[in-house]
Amino acid sequence: MKTAENLYTATRNSCKLCAPLGASLVLRGIEGAMPFLHGSQGCSTYIRRYLINHFKEPVDIASSNFSEKEAIFGGKQSLISGLENICKQYQPKLIGVATTCLTETIGDDVEMILREFFLKHKSERLPEIVHISTPSYIGTHMEGFHTAVLAVVSTIARKEKKLKQIGIFPGLVSSADIRYLKEIVSDFDLGPVILPDYSETLDGGPWEEYQKIQQGGTTVEQIASLGDSLGTIELGHSLETRKTASVFLEDNFSVPRFSLGLPIGIKLTDLFFNNLKKISGKEIPCKYQSARARLIDAYVDGHKYIFGKKVLVYGEEDLVIAVASFLFEIGAVPVFCATGEKTGTLKKVLPEIASAYGKEIIIREGYDFEQIGEESAKIGLDFMLGNSKGYYLARKMGIPLIRIGFPIHDRLGGQRILHLGYGGTQQLFDRILNAVIEKKQETSPVGYSYM
Amino acid sequence: MKSDTKLPEPCGIQEDILKKYPSKVARKRSKSIVLNDPKTEQEIQANIRTVPGIITQRGCCYAGCKGVVLGPTRDIINLTHGPIGCGFYSWATRRNQTRPGPDGDNFMPYCFSTDMQDDNIVFGGEKKLREAIQEAYDIFHPKMIGIFATCPVGLIGDDIHAVAREMKEKLGINIFGFSCEGYKGVSQSAGHHIANNQIFKHVVGLDDTVKEGKFKINLLGEYNIGGDAFLIEDLFKRCGLTLISTYSGNSSVDHFANSHTADLNLIMCHRSINYVAKMMEKKFGIPWLKINFIGAEATAKSLRKIAQYFGDKELIKQVEKVIGEEMPAVLEARKDVEPRTRGKLAMIFVGGSRAHHYQYLFSEIGMKTVAAGYEFAHRDDYEGRKVLPQIKVDADSRNIEEVVVEKDPKRYRLRKTEQELDALKKKGMEISKYEGMMSEMEPNSVVIDDISQYETEKLIDKYKPAVFCAGIKEKYTVQKRGIPMKQLHSYDYGGPFAAFKGAINFYREMDRTVNTKVWRMIKAPWENEPEITATFVVE
Repeated sequence: MKTAENLYTATRNSCKLCAPLGASLVLRGIEGAMPFLHGSQGCSTYIRRYLINHFKEPVDIASSNFSEKEAIFGGKQSLISGLENICKQYQPKLIGVATTCLTETIGDDVEMILREFFLKHKSERLPEIVHISTPSYIGTHMEGFHTAVLAVVSTIARKEKKLKQIGIFPGLVSSADIRYLKEIVSDFDLGPVILPDYSETLDGGPWEEYQKIQQGGTTVEQIASLGDSLGTIELGHSLETRKTASVFLEDNFSVPRFSLGLPIGIKLTDLFFNNLKKISGKEIPCKYQSARARLIDAYVDGHKYIFGKKVLVYGEEDLVIAVASFLFEIGAVPVFCATGEKTGTLKKVLPEIASAYGKEIIIREGYDFEQIGEESAKIGLDFMLGNSKGYYLARKMGIPLIRIGFPIHDRLGGQRILHLGYGGTQQLFDRILNAVIEKKQETSPVGYSYM
Repeated sequence: MKSDTKLPEPCGIQEDILKKYPSKVARKRSKSIVLNDPKTEQEIQANIRTVPGIITQRGCCYAGCKGVVLGPTRDIINLTHGPIGCGFYSWATRRNQTRPGPDGDNFMPYCFSTDMQDDNIVFGGEKKLREAIQEAYDIFHPKMIGIFATCPVGLIGDDIHAVAREMKEKLGINIFGFSCEGYKGVSQSAGHHIANNQIFKHVVGLDDTVKEGKFKINLLGEYNIGGDAFLIEDLFKRCGLTLISTYSGNSSVDHFANSHTADLNLIMCHRSINYVAKMMEKKFGIPWLKINFIGAEATAKSLRKIAQYFGDKELIKQVEKVIGEEMPAVLEARKDVEPRTRGKLAMIFVGGSRAHHYQYLFSEIGMKTVAAGYEFAHRDDYEGRKVLPQIKVDADSRNIEEVVVEKDPKRYRLRKTEQELDALKKKGMEISKYEGMMSEMEPNSVVIDDISQYETEKLIDKYKPAVFCAGIKEKYTVQKRGIPMKQLHSYDYGGPFAAFKGAINFYREMDRTVNTKVWRMIKAPWENEPEITATFVVE
């Protein structure tokens, strides 16, 4: 039967990207790592240009440059010579070999090819090589992202001795978010091991000299030491039921796992800080308590402008859930929450949050932007939150779009948008409030500059 | 390009680049790096598969077919058959502009995909494709639907052409497929060829209406990035030339269908579109001229060439009038900018024609192109079409169909007699000819095909150019080194740069780019000489 969610066969203006992109992004957050896509060069070129457009930073991704010959007879030789050339030119510390729909379809046995590669070069010092299976016909860019984190951790992590550190798997967040998470964890006197950490590689300054692979990122040694952590925190509601890096570390090395939502809004951030307190045995530092207090103060100041506003939130499901939860807190109603993903998380988590506020909302999974647009038109929205891809809908409906998440390619600074923690929520809150106020001011029949 | 000063000696640059490569790779790459000597006939290796693991800037066959050639046409529904990535990444990323046509159809802001899932890979995706075509028809009622195959489609054996035929019959609109799987060919160039073939086979010649107009032309290989085609269209109109079709900036599928009625084909980007010109020449008898509207002088020269081709006094006069109207503003802008740009070095590594064309713009403000190369061009774009018979067809090119074209018995019409063409050729006009880039570059310039990230760094280290032109993938690596960078694919979200007004835009843009002061702030004051600290102490 045709329901709202499978009314259409084709996808018009997709609200999701493909798996190898997520894997490539994770690899850019590991020090000295080179992402390597096993397939046609077009995948690496397209993904590079897309990531570069958002982050405004170099993103190198190697490829095994398939031709028809490899597509028919298999890409063993291309993969081996590609790895050899990368090792010689770039001397990487880690190579992540992510597959594409091409190599997954022909069924290249990457594990076997890698064994052969190691055998061929057994007397040489080789980088860590991690195989990540990312057929783009399964799941979205987030599938590729989480698969890559798990693949890296399960290949490299060891257990030696207890370290005063905590592992954090933040999901797809901004460079600024990662920097902020590092600061928070350090303030609890814990060593943060964040995977991925592209806070420097994808948001850095000019270079004195050429860097073959941009400096920064979590080191291979740090990843190896994840088995020694006091605990791991993974961010994102969708991870709770997945086999994740945190699950792997708990199962194999008894590292306690804490699975939380993205810390956006007071409630989810409180949960995050409480867990840090639990793991570290330390009180929550004053500066965060003050930040929380300021945020509450702002909620009070802004309430009259935001209360009852109807909002569309779209994008990755974990971001949508956390932002929706925050919107309820400030009195707005995320009447329409949509994602291109189809894991069932949105439908599982959001109704509970909404009903706590006595609200019913529309929740859609596997949606594209045209479907979002069609349904939005029936609702009467006040504003929307999401990435640049939804701008055309905002324009059509004449409502403000507050840009969050990925990709942001019609504004500068997408990599520096802070979403997380009390600080990130504060910035988000101010941006939302001011967008609403600006809209009111600009469309007001009288000009006013004081309120 | 003529100039009064010489380029720096390229001593050792080739060896320097090659020494880091494994010997086999070095041998291969050495043939793609040429120290230019325009007086001798030099061979460059081009259109050769990139070595795996060498990070190339090239795209794939699908990108060239769907993204480049078909992307800019407003009234075709471009349906990507494959997993979601390919469709998403080629969604409105090339900045092709268009005007809405009389029927208002414009599907360019859309990204249509069958979004194949694992069950489609296992059980086949033809059913989903059929449903998607039906759906596109029901919702949008387009006059044409193009189906673009991505990598897995060819592998699982979905017959997109059979589905296209079936749906064409059922729906009564033009529907056909492009077998442009990403692994075909060595770069996007293969996709251009496939796009040319299919448009020629399925669209060109469908509408025989002969439009009004004394001098009817097609503009081939102009994609209207940043509005370039709008400026060129304006010039044509003012000169009295009737534009039948552009391939494919600001175009409609109706224009393609009628384009065989033109008198002359003008080629901007030789690489991406020469196939259509060749096929039209053979089937319909339309000659082609290589022209270039990048650079004010080049624009004037091209307009004069067109007028001379038609040999009409009124047209020649009108063209001179238009050039006369445009040039004063160009000269004024040049006079203002040139003192700040003269003598500075530029590098251009882009495309299949832009690396050549933009050298004209640079030379107009006294800048010198010290190194250039294409991303996906062939030897004829470097050395001229005279080398075509020498180019060996390798495995990668053999797989791309060469359409066999014969004289159309009814519609073939000689536009000029052999004698007329000979007379023009005697006067020095090159008809159906392209001399390539290298003969026009200065001695000592460095020509590199399919330059890699690593080779780019080496060039920058040696020459410290005032500006480096390429695409977004190179942009930030170059800027990290303190070298200004201009994107010549997307124009850095600026433009237009074509014709006279575009040239003025470019002069000003280069003035801003090469003279920006921001790089001087890289070093913080506390990083300076110790004496400065001492002065502070004394104070």
